[in-house]
Amino acid sequence: MNRYPLWKYITIAVALLLGFVYTLPNFFGESPAVQLSSAKATIKVDAKAQARVEDALKTAGITHDGLQLDNVGVKVRLKDTDTQLKAKDILEKAFNPDAADPQYVVALNLLAASPQWLTSLHALPMYLGLDLRGGVHFLLQVDMKGALTKKLDSTSADLRTVMRDKNLRHGGVNREGERIVVKFRDTETRDKARYAIGDSQPDLLLTEAGDASEPRLVATLKPEALKKLGEFALKQNITTLHNRINELGVAEPVIQQQGQDRIVVQLPGVQDTAKAKDILGRTATLEIRMVDDSTGALEAALAGNPPFGTEVYNERGGQPLLVKKQVVLTGDRLTDAQPGFDNQTNEAAVHLTLDSAGARIFKDVTRENINKRMAILLIEKGKGEVVTAPVIRSEIGGGRVQISGRMSTMEANDTALLLRAGSLAAPMDIIEERTIGPSLGAENIRKGFHSTMWGFAAIALFMILYYQMFGVVSVLALASNLLFLVAILSLLQATLTLPGIAAIALTLGMAIDANVLINERVREELRNGMPPQAAISEGYERAFGTILDSNITTLIAGLALLIFGSGPIRGFAVVHCLGILTSIFSSVFVSRGLVNLIYGRQKKLTKVAIGQLWKPAASTVNGK
Amino acid sequence: MEFFRIHKDIPFMRHALTFNVISLVTFILAVVFLFTKGLHLSVEFTGGTLIETHYQQAADLEKIRGALGKAGFSDYAVQNFGSSQDVMIRLPLKSDQNSNQIGESVMKSLEAEAPGAELRRVEFVGPQVGKELAENGAMALLLVVIGIVIYLAFRFEWRFSVSAIIANLHDVVIILGFFAFFQWEFSLSVLAAVLAVLGYSVNESVVVFDRVRETFKKVRGLTTPQVLDHAITSTISRTIITHGCTQLMVLSMLIFGGETLHYFAMALTIGICFGIYSSVLVASPLVMWLGVSREQFIVKPKVIEGANEDGAVV
Repeated sequence: MNRYPLWKYITIAVALLLGFVYTLPNFFGESPAVQLSSAKATIKVDAKAQARVEDALKTAGITHDGLQLDNVGVKVRLKDTDTQLKAKDILEKAFNPDAADPQYVVALNLLAASPQWLTSLHALPMYLGLDLRGGVHFLLQVDMKGALTKKLDSTSADLRTVMRDKNLRHGGVNREGERIVVKFRDTETRDKARYAIGDSQPDLLLTEAGDASEPRLVATLKPEALKKLGEFALKQNITTLHNRINELGVAEPVIQQQGQDRIVVQLPGVQDTAKAKDILGRTATLEIRMVDDSTGALEAALAGNPPFGTEVYNERGGQPLLVKKQVVLTGDRLTDAQPGFDNQTNEAAVHLTLDSAGARIFKDVTRENINKRMAILLIEKGKGEVVTAPVIRSEIGGGRVQISGRMSTMEANDTALLLRAGSLAAPMDIIEERTIGPSLGAENIRKGFHSTMWGFAAIALFMILYYQMFGVVSVLALASNLLFLVAILSLLQATLTLPGIAAIALTLGMAIDANVLINERVREELRNGMPPQAAISEGYERAFGTILDSNITTLIAGLALLIFGSGPIRGFAVVHCLGILTSIFSSVFVSRGLVNLIYGRQKKLTKVAIGQLWKPAASTVNGK
Repeated sequence: MEFFRIHKDIPFMRHALTFNVISLVTFILAVVFLFTKGLHLSVEFTGGTLIETHYQQAADLEKIRGALGKAGFSDYAVQNFGSSQDVMIRLPLKSDQNSNQIGESVMKSLEAEAPGAELRRVEFVGPQVGKELAENGAMALLLVVIGIVIYLAFRFEWRFSVSAIIANLHDVVIILGFFAFFQWEFSLSVLAAVLAVLGYSVNESVVVFDRVRETFKKVRGLTTPQVLDHAITSTISRTIITHGCTQLMVLSMLIFGGETLHYFAMALTIGICFGIYSSVLVASPLVMWLGVSREQFIVKPKVIEGANEDGAVV
């Protein structure tokens, strides 16, 4: 009765093998590496860049331990930290000849030092949280009210234009809090206006207010438009943050949305919070100016004396361009930028939407400058760059502008993104900040490791002394539990934090419960006079129900923590929940397999080593 | 080796009232401390700034306080953290200060008065985050309670689930009472420990209840208190050994885990100790007083009179 069919043994062996393989990378540690990634949305790091990296290192006489290209960029593995620093300098010089305008991010990183065959199995070391590796964590709150106010202000201007175009007289358009109120002289005009506004502004919810002597129209944003606005502002800010963080040279930044209106930014390894904050808080602006294409002007400017009222900017791709200093429009007038296609030619294009005031200016400027070029500049950190400089073909009215020509779909996407990033972000506040020094991180790892190790040793010692052979089996099952847990955490690449390590320790401490239950049950059956083989079988069978019940209640607590927990609690909950699942498998299945392997074959088993058994003289039941 | 050599079922239920009175008194004390002293909540809940620095030599706390005072900070708390070289500085949330810059300005003022400080950790939490964490914590607790009640009611019987949850919730209050009495810092990880312990001690009740059910089904002619006594007695060995093992692990955390895990381990220790007591000695009498009896487990009802109802007064 205590024999497992072969497939069960094989399952256990395979599980253990997989557990071992995926736990293995954690023992190899990490080797220094340099990572090259793109600093700009328009530049892609590809195989060509990889070849350039290889060349640059070869000419400098630096030997590397392998290059790899992934969707982040090129990573170069190096022997030691000295070579790492040298390689970083060399790549910095080779890829960013102009230090003031970096095209690529060259960052120091750590790569798993496990052998290639492990990496190709996706066996990676556990992903350490900031409290274990050091770094900065920010939680940013996007000011949705600010975004809404901005939107309503531009909508107010649009409403005025609509009514002027339709010759409808109004007594003032004002934003009051989160709504726009339009005053009228008579109800007839109001009704007409309502019709006109409803046609041109589908996002607005219009209600009539006031009496006949003072009719008013109240406009609010429809809930779905409000939601879209919020999502848009958030996406916008994430994009902007990405662009800025690239400049910090962080190897693995995390920029994620959290909830409706928050963004988490984690910068592992960054110690200079002041600089990080400065960069996160910066704003970029968009400007539209005219290009000076008069013959000889650019050459004169490059020679050092630009014509009066102009300055030189570099176009994306490097060509210099002479641009007038006078600003035609700023990004404040831009309400949207989306990639798309030209209606006639089907070329990739970027569609811009301007607010009404912007549209009026744009119409006038384009009328007067047909066949001239206009430059769209993105000014960030006091430095400008020409995003694109299209030729004006005709007068453009209505506030809808299309930029097209010589653009791939990818470039159109990137340009739209850049234009949005430069102009539309809603204000953000830092509402949570955590900085952890690297020495503290290393110390936390050590403390967590020691707690687990000594706790495990103490439990193992006790179990073996108390339950002898069954104790050994229990300890082996517990060790396999640890193996599975670490393997799953490595496989899922879940973030391991100090509370996570505490959860590993605690889960082990709790998981032994199942084995104690089983062992006690087996002892009890033996005490009641059952033959050993039957006692083992009965003990496992009976204990299983209890084990399941008790683990489910613990799991309920773990899941609640997972759902409502944030930050450190989440790290704890993930490990705790996973640990409960692995513990059921290892304490029941693995330990039974071991016991079967040891005792199952012996036909005439008279004695099992489960510690001293004491039999009461009288039956324990009916204790009176 | 065998620790438990019990000849007869220990008549726990005879002392049921005593156990519950002890529990009740502890519970009331805990509530009193919670109300009079309140919890010493960490920055995560209250909002504010926390700065941990490390000195090569023993830190001069007076000098650090002086430096902060000179720099215009108020209501700050400076204390050692773990060792004499580590210093923890806490600053409350102030609307007039630029919270983003606090970390840097503190380090700058330390540099002048008490040089040599190495910045190890800065934590800034805004007011809205703290409030949310507290709310989420309460929600998590509620979810655990509801989840466990439903599961146990489904798996056993409503009487079991109600008494298990009462017994274990009172553990939670007692842990909080300890934290209030000693003014230990109540942080997010302590909250995690409290919830984990809640799920864990319910196990205890589950194991005992499992035995109660089994005994009711198998053995006839026992009164309800006798059944409970038998169930507790036959599981007590496992209870003590399991908790002992878990406590070994927690003890190791208490010893090696450092300051960060200290209160986490502390909460677990209290939770484990009271968990044994309450989930066995409080939950079982509650089940009895709620009127559990054999019929509830037997498909074919067979009435057994004489379910001892003494003590069903509280």
